[in-house]
Amino acid sequence: MAAPEFAVPELKEYPVIPILKADAMAAAKPYVASAPMNEALGFPGELVADWEERAVAKLGELLQKYRSLKVYLDACVHCGACTDKCHYFLGTGDPKNMPVARQDLLRSVYRRHFTPAGKLFPKLVGAKDLTRDMLEDWYKYYNQCSECRRCSLFCPYGIDTAEITMAAKEILDAVGYGQKYTNEIIGKVHRVGNNLGLPPAALADTLEGLEEDIKADTGVDVRLPLDEAGAEVLLITPSADFFAEPHVDSLVGYAKVFHAAGIRWTLSSKASEAGNFGMFIGSYDQLRRIALRVREAALELGVKRIVVGECGHAWRVAYSFWNTLTGIGAGGNDPFALQLQKQLDQRYKQPSHICEVTYDLIRRGALKFDKEANDHRIVTFHDSCNVARGSRMGDAPGGQFEIPRAIIRAVANHYVEMAPGTTHEQTFCCGGGGGLLTDELLELRVKGASPRMEALKQVADSDGVNFMATICAICKAQFTKVLPYYHFDRSMIGGVHQLVSTAIRLGA
Amino acid sequence: MTSAYAFAALFYAAAALLVGGLAYKIYDFARTPAPLKIPTTPAPTTRGGVALRLLREVALFESLFRSNLWLWLFGILFHGALLLVLARHLRYFTEPVWAPVIWLQPFGIYAGLAMAVALAALWARRFLVERIRYISTPSDHLMLALLLGIGATGLGMKFFMHTDVVAVKAYFLGLLRFDIQPLPAHPGLYLHLILVALLMAVFPFSKLLHAPGVFFSPTRNQVDDPREKRHLAPWAAKLES
Ligand code: SF4
Ligand code: SF4
Repeated sequence: MAAPEFAVPELKEYPVIPILKADAMAAAKPYVASAPMNEALGFPGELVADWEERAVAKLGELLQKYRSLKVYLDACVHCGACTDKCHYFLGTGDPKNMPVARQDLLRSVYRRHFTPAGKLFPKLVGAKDLTRDMLEDWYKYYNQCSECRRCSLFCPYGIDTAEITMAAKEILDAVGYGQKYTNEIIGKVHRVGNNLGLPPAALADTLEGLEEDIKADTGVDVRLPLDEAGAEVLLITPSADFFAEPHVDSLVGYAKVFHAAGIRWTLSSKASEAGNFGMFIGSYDQLRRIALRVREAALELGVKRIVVGECGHAWRVAYSFWNTLTGIGAGGNDPFALQLQKQLDQRYKQPSHICEVTYDLIRRGALKFDKEANDHRIVTFHDSCNVARGSRMGDAPGGQFEIPRAIIRAVANHYVEMAPGTTHEQTFCCGGGGGLLTDELLELRVKGASPRMEALKQVADSDGVNFMATICAICKAQFTKVLPYYHFDRSMIGGVHQLVSTAIRLGA
Repeated sequence: MTSAYAFAALFYAAAALLVGGLAYKIYDFARTPAPLKIPTTPAPTTRGGVALRLLREVALFESLFRSNLWLWLFGILFHGALLLVLARHLRYFTEPVWAPVIWLQPFGIYAGLAMAVALAALWARRFLVERIRYISTPSDHLMLALLLGIGATGLGMKFFMHTDVVAVKAYFLGLLRFDIQPLPAHPGLYLHLILVALLMAVFPFSKLLHAPGVFFSPTRNQVDDPREKRHLAPWAAKLES
């Protein structure tokens, strides 16, 4: 690892709220999307000449479409309860990374153009015109929010900065000032089928290679089927699972679970991606178009169940939005929803998380484990923000915390919790979510990871924790990259199903 | 009598702004769809659970408690005290005065003092805590000044410069009947009433909208049941046809 060009935060024994460092992150600006990338998604290629008018008009349009935006722009009392809750503020000290200050970038323009007070007394109420500098601040600081919603948990009115960030990104896209990393990836999903741009033939090859690896490892023929019509389960998983380390070990874990339980399953080359970056850019249209691939694949393959692999934001989209967007779920009585409902087996939750599937099989005694196989690991669990604060598993609230932990305890002997206030619904984002997992934002990512690193260091020092399990592809990629900056081994991070994979008995 | 008429006009105008403005805002919040399920989880899975969540939020400031104990303490002290003080003022608008209102008269005084203390503490934060100083706008300060001014003039009349409360009551009962009565000439009372009217008037145009806003916040008022129920906003449903 080359020496970083920025100071890596020092990990403290107790959390300390930083003093403000104005403009500390003013230089952190992800690459702007090129014209072809923007145009492929139906956005103007580059910043339009009348961006100010168009941005204000777009804001007006969004105010009619999203109650969250309207209420949140009006309701904030500047109490400051959220100011010390964002990992990016804690890691950088840049005041514009305080959630309320981030919101105020948009709120000030909202006040100026849409409220009587802001039109009459702009100075008094902090209303501002949309200048070029302001647009630049929007671009920078809304691209320094991972939409993790930690702030929304602590706000007395539930004001969710992620909703504001999504609106801002939608406005930026509407004026031709989108972000390269997200928009390029969305283009790939539509063109190739997944975020990584892995074409179907290469995917088939990869899966075959994995089958051979498992055979060599275990002597058992565990299959990773692709596009098999008539399978019971369609697995939708982040494409990083197909070849990135440590993601692929979890994919092997899912395959072993299905194998051991005797469930016929398949992947789809059409929907070879669980991730849905449409959410990151706040575009309902993209969110829907990306999700519809899953509906189409399910209909084509005739599957009975749809299961989602280890991916945080994808699970939020699947759990919270798929029923709305695609009719995958129950309760709809319109023709669109009914078509799929008739096909899917409604005895199972649609969609299900792979952890729900595995947990259910464990409870029914359908899986056997050699827990000792994980004895070299002292495990902790990092709750991923979108799973923790934007979804659920199982029947009761909080299942998203209990079920992955129950699986870990079933497959490993040594489990340690990190400090309260850094886990469960109060978990800290890994620092790379929300479409920020790009190298030009490395400084932000390293600094934003510091609250999590602090909690990890505590349990590493006190209990010898040497493995942090998580169920998110972005968390895995982000930590693999930033752990070394904090003098941890990058192989400390891995999936819950990686642990399952290590311990599961495949039988004959 | 000129001042009595002037204040009557002021209060009718302020009340109209308050009621009209608030009604419009609530209508506006209510008609705007929430197209996606975004409750901050873990969230209740039933409507009853959501009602309880909102009740805890409004009565106990649950999220704020989790967030910042000092802020919670002064926040709940201020709001609780304000509630008592408002209840105490019901005696100016009812004849005969309801028994509970009579019963809480002495507590109302303490509440008035507590309110002033809490407001002073909340205001001090805006100067002393760097992060809060950074986010504060002039209107944030003015709002606290306004509330503190109302409290101070009210307490001033109670403890130092008494006014003829019987006449004040007659005046407000008259206002309710659109029958203007004489208003005691008293600078403290005038100031108190002007500030109250101002507060009523700015309510729907300011951050005081947090009061209706909390009930319309999708992260707090949505049921966590997206897999069980299909949730579709009208504009989103059109995409399917
Ligand atoms: S959503 Fe997360 S990243 Fe964004 S402001 Fe809130 S705490 Fe920070
Ligand atoms: S906690 Fe909520 S109301 Fe308070 S400053 Fe933050 S966003 Fe505004």
